[in-house]
Amino acid sequence: MSREMTGARIVIEALIEQGVDTVFGYPGGAVLPIYDALFQQNDIKHILVRHEQGATHAAEGYARSTGKPGVVLVTSGPGATNAVTGMTDALMDSIPMIVLTGQVPTFMIGNDAFQEADTVGITRPCTKHNWLVKDTSELAETIHQAFHIATSGRPGPVLVDIPKDVQFASAPYKTKAKAPTSHYNPQVKGDLAAITRAVEAFEQAERPIIYSGGGVINSGVGASQLLRELVAGSDAPITSTLMGLGAYPASGDNWLGMLGMHGTVEANLAMHDCDYMLCVGARFDDRITGRTDAFSPDSFKVHMDIDPSSINKIIHVDVPIIGDIGHILEDFLKVWKARGRKTKSAEIKKWWAQIKGWQATKCLDYRNSDELIKPQHALERLEALTKNMDRYITTEVGQHQMWAAQYLGFNDPHRFMTSGGLGTMGYGLPASIGVQVAHPDALVVNIAGDASFLMNMQEMGTAAQFNLPVKQFILNNERLGMVRQWQQLLHGERYSQSWSQSLPDFVKLAEAFGAKGILVSDPADLDEAIKEMLAHDGPVILDCLVEKHENCFPMIPSGKAHNEMILTDEETADAIDAMGKTRV
Amino acid sequence: MTLHLKKGSSRKSAYDLKNPLDEQLETHTLAVLVDNEAGVLARVIGLFSGRGYNIDSLTVAETDSKGHRSRITIVTTGTPAVIEQIKAQLGLIIPVYKVNDLTVDGPSVEREMALLKVAGKGEKRVEAMRLADIFRANVVDTTLESFIFEITGTPEKIDAFTDLMRPLGLVDIARTGVSALSRGL
Repeated sequence: MSREMTGARIVIEALIEQGVDTVFGYPGGAVLPIYDALFQQNDIKHILVRHEQGATHAAEGYARSTGKPGVVLVTSGPGATNAVTGMTDALMDSIPMIVLTGQVPTFMIGNDAFQEADTVGITRPCTKHNWLVKDTSELAETIHQAFHIATSGRPGPVLVDIPKDVQFASAPYKTKAKAPTSHYNPQVKGDLAAITRAVEAFEQAERPIIYSGGGVINSGVGASQLLRELVAGSDAPITSTLMGLGAYPASGDNWLGMLGMHGTVEANLAMHDCDYMLCVGARFDDRITGRTDAFSPDSFKVHMDIDPSSINKIIHVDVPIIGDIGHILEDFLKVWKARGRKTKSAEIKKWWAQIKGWQATKCLDYRNSDELIKPQHALERLEALTKNMDRYITTEVGQHQMWAAQYLGFNDPHRFMTSGGLGTMGYGLPASIGVQVAHPDALVVNIAGDASFLMNMQEMGTAAQFNLPVKQFILNNERLGMVRQWQQLLHGERYSQSWSQSLPDFVKLAEAFGAKGILVSDPADLDEAIKEMLAHDGPVILDCLVEKHENCFPMIPSGKAHNEMILTDEETADAIDAMGKTRV
Repeated sequence: MTLHLKKGSSRKSAYDLKNPLDEQLETHTLAVLVDNEAGVLARVIGLFSGRGYNIDSLTVAETDSKGHRSRITIVTTGTPAVIEQIKAQLGLIIPVYKVNDLTVDGPSVEREMALLKVAGKGEKRVEAMRLADIFRANVVDTTLESFIFEITGTPEKIDAFTDLMRPLGLVDIARTGVSALSRGL
């Protein structure tokens, strides 16, 4: 016999059954019955954020650092609309997330009631799927289905909109086992014939490259292990997208660094000149490909992806393999081993010699300074002082994000949380909170810019309330650095609205929130400041004043190909033509 | 520090054969089998508007009330790559069960129904009746000064009939959009 309970209690029961330990949320009128049920239980911890967008990014941080879905609970109307950015972010970066929203009672829907919004209508394009539950008896099964859809196939955000009368009314609770199963069961095993064709070409490759992405991380730790095994066994060079960093260790012998718009010379030129490209769980994003008609012109391309719509969307590939990366890699390795682990090792050695030549350009070198802290130097020092720690990094969006990807080394998956596809400024601080909640004893550092940090700085209140010792490492250039860089390159150095006037005193700001604030501006004091930040048991803002006009290089100017990178300020004149200016 | 690299694209670019501006546009008829749940049509048309695809015609109705299934028939135009992308994207929508491309899956029949109101007197009225006969259109309403014709056929047949009716006093037209099924089993 199923137990009869209120809709609000059903929500809690279903979350517990799904293994949820933490909910990020913010109460409001239409969701009060659920908050009341939350008050009367001890299984689920609720993290009270300061803005609903913060809840969504915190849930993303939680999800990306654990592999479990993040759960968000917000009210109707503005609660739901404030969550839209986070859901769009999660959709772009394939982060599993369940958003529960309150709604005005069913009999008031359509009346322009107080705090009413067409939540399922607004969020239809920014969720993988969403539901408006109009009957309490369907609530439990809908939540079970929501978890199934958020976590299977290509993960993503889902939303369940629950009117207030549905929360008050009672119905029998349906367990996961008794809930009707969904027809949604995406293919996880790759087609063996396609895998065999991919292996055959792999054996013949003279200049192979493995280009891995977020799909490896989403597939789980096992997929990263298989990827490492493949690289080690074949000696193929490997590069990765921003979302895939950590799947192959940055300390590994075959690592070329990140590729793409701000990728390394060796990664981008290897992509351009390779004769065999193995794309593992990446999607040929425009930040990766640059000019598509000049993208890796002479290569045989294999694309492994769980999402059939990613195949041939941007780049035409020779062998598509649809399925979960872990399963595909396992079969790929099996087939390759069974056929005798063949590679063209002599040619691959020659290929490595060519790559070593590119590596010798040392494209990440920069001019250091004794007077001003260079942002790259700040990150190198942070890396040196934290690299052996149990460390998680989040970032905001902009120059500092790219520098973090370039100068910090990620040796394990699930350690780097950043907003890749949507590029959401304000992501990093709440994401760091979500990560810290999931990993209370780990070091969590948010690499921030001064402008991005301000976008969700209210979440310092959350960090303080729950004593989450997140470290906010602000590379403060008093600019919107990436915008300024583009204006320098594209818009005749007319810096329209791209400087941060009236910045707060970040030390006082930290103190106002009950956190610790540290200011550093002299390169000589940098190490001490970082150590002080690391030593403090509580949230810290480290305001690191850096060179204001530093540009992020290498850079593939928009509209250009992988072999048309610019490496220094001196090369930037007329780097971007009229066609490139129309792109972002 | 300057790199001396060969500039520009080289031969055999992945997109050499696929310049979207040069590519021929194709018209395809897609049959999409969906769960008849709230918002499912909005999901489908939202996909088309959100990603900038064309809808030439769209029909939707429940086809299996017990199984809560509806069939959406969409006629769309795009380059082959876009058509493939449309099918893949439709397949990602959770309540979508099946996407059939009737244009490539084999022979199929396409039919559309239209109602045309034609007003006229004397010779024109007789001529309209005569043409309706030729096109096997039925008269479903008549007054002393007007007819409503019901015509079923391919969109091209309806276009042809409409063009003929225009000089004969066509007042109004309502078209259902295309319904289609594959031939045989």
